[in-house]
Amino acid sequence: MELQTLTYLVVGATFGLYIGIAIWARAGSTKEFYVAGGGIHPVANGMATAADWMSAASFISMAGMIAFMGYGGSVFLMGWTGGFVLLALLLAPYLRKFGKFTVPEFIGDRFYSRTARIVAVICLIVASVTYVIGQMKGIGVAFSRFLEVSYDAGLFIGMAIVFFYAVLGGMKGITYTQIAQYCVLILAYTIPAIFISLNLTGNPFPQLGLGSTLVGTDTFLLDRLDQVVMELGWAEYTTSARLNMTNMFAYTLSLMIGTAGLPHVIIRFFTVPKVADARTSAGWALVFIAILYTTAPAVAGMARLNLMSTIEPSPGQHLAYDDRPAWFKNWEKTGLLQFEDKNGDGLIQYTADLTTNEMVKVDNDIMVLANPEIAKLPNWVIALVAAGGLAAALSTAAGLLLAISSAISHDLLKGVFMPGITEKQELMASRIAMAAAIAMAGYLGFNPPDFAAGTVALAFGLAASSIFPALMMGIFSHRVTKEGAIAGMIAGLCVTLLYVFQHKGIMFIADTSFLGDMAPNWFLGIEPNAFGAVGAIINFAVAAGVSKVTAEPPEDIRRMVENIRVPSGAIATQDH
Amino acid sequence: MSTSNNAYWKANLRLMFKLLLVWFVVSFGFGILLFDLLNTIQIGGYKLGFWFAQQGSIYVFVALIFIYSRKMAKLDRQFGVEE
Repeated sequence: MELQTLTYLVVGATFGLYIGIAIWARAGSTKEFYVAGGGIHPVANGMATAADWMSAASFISMAGMIAFMGYGGSVFLMGWTGGFVLLALLLAPYLRKFGKFTVPEFIGDRFYSRTARIVAVICLIVASVTYVIGQMKGIGVAFSRFLEVSYDAGLFIGMAIVFFYAVLGGMKGITYTQIAQYCVLILAYTIPAIFISLNLTGNPFPQLGLGSTLVGTDTFLLDRLDQVVMELGWAEYTTSARLNMTNMFAYTLSLMIGTAGLPHVIIRFFTVPKVADARTSAGWALVFIAILYTTAPAVAGMARLNLMSTIEPSPGQHLAYDDRPAWFKNWEKTGLLQFEDKNGDGLIQYTADLTTNEMVKVDNDIMVLANPEIAKLPNWVIALVAAGGLAAALSTAAGLLLAISSAISHDLLKGVFMPGITEKQELMASRIAMAAAIAMAGYLGFNPPDFAAGTVALAFGLAASSIFPALMMGIFSHRVTKEGAIAGMIAGLCVTLLYVFQHKGIMFIADTSFLGDMAPNWFLGIEPNAFGAVGAIINFAVAAGVSKVTAEPPEDIRRMVENIRVPSGAIATQDH
Repeated sequence: MSTSNNAYWKANLRLMFKLLLVWFVVSFGFGILLFDLLNTIQIGGYKLGFWFAQQGSIYVFVALIFIYSRKMAKLDRQFGVEE
């Protein structure tokens, strides 16, 4: 069957599935809307968390980044998985015990302060909105590339699907669709990887294939890769660090604590029945995530090797531009792959030397998206990759939108401005907030602001420097006061934002970067994307200092902290 | 806090510190700080430091969470604080 038809069929079938689930899993109460009724099985929640967490960036971009960074790309692998250890050990069980609906609600109650709650809402909304823009772009791009509809039409279809199941079902609908989306995305990711690993090394497990010898030789795949990239002037694949070791350390730590502090991930642990379930569920989430994350470095190494050996089959023998394969032509059309015959010999030279390199653009994203074509896999695999990319973007977008809408309807409306509304009114308000959040995300998807490219730095920086420390101190210390927590959050936030803005421009407008995006000006050589860890340390220090000189928290807060530390017994604070 | 709950919390913290130490060693230790040293050891096609950075640390993370949840379930029963 033709690729186009097949892609329509596969994507159409998955969308039909999501809509079917939406109709089946409608939410009838605020508890169902915010936390899916609190009755999700820990394994099911683990699967939904995995889909929630793995975004368009994990699915489409990560392997490409690793392919071009080599060892340096490890910061993403360790950072985006190690955060779940922190989540499981430091946050999830206690927040589940607290037993409410949102992250700002915990911060507001623990720090007995409406101001703290509002500060938390602001951090949550900024982090989640910047994050959701990337997902919306992912949806539009996946549609336009695979289904050949316009970017705008693709975005509209994506928004309509999310609208359907998120507004109707809230967390309940989102949970069950995320489970389906996980299955789609993991098949779409691993099947091409298995084929490619078999082709290159004869081993069906990509994780083992990466450490195996190439078919018909006794050369290890990684040794060949090292040799090929070094011959053409790049740094050795398996040892090239990202800038320097301090920076790798800070970057990994920032991604870890940022992961543990992202509200859309945390709220998933409010949906399981018991505290013990929150612990195991985090383990299952990481199992499902690890399947993709241990495959990704194999995809990266193998795709890089395939790309290099397509262009230069043996040293000094270059592919003629006129003989380029079909995928090369297809991706040239999208502008993600660009060739410029600098020396006019009709051959393709691909080297690290910018003056002679003729592959003037090789976008990261191509590595996963074009991988099946480069490896000459059947059309149905390519169609599956399209559906997988969409599943990854849709599932993360829905989780983020729920975090945003519940912060608006539950924390701002019910918690601060209109405490008197009934549950029915709140449920209606949460649906309206969800619809508004989708509309806003869609608007930002149609008109991506200039700072869209820098949003990952912002989202992780905010979560790491403001939300994670506040939650952790709220659980592990009685002594941190409301003044301490608020001052800490604001200090962490300001330092991180200032650092990102001074090097990348205010709101990422390059002209306003008063210190320039230059390595010599970086504090200890740490790049702006990696600065969340420093912001977090400042948050902890400021909160501890201010708490020392302000009045101790009241007695009932002390009891509440003791109470969330043990799984049994009811929470002492009044319901509101 | 009752003395029993206090002992439960202390036991929890001890377990947590041990597991976080492993978490730190496999990722920041083996994957970053001791990277060059470990790379002198080769397992199959993998240099050991590279393997920890791109594969091994992730497997250990998964194991750590399950060890934590199993041991905590035991502590919950021992101190009679399970739900």
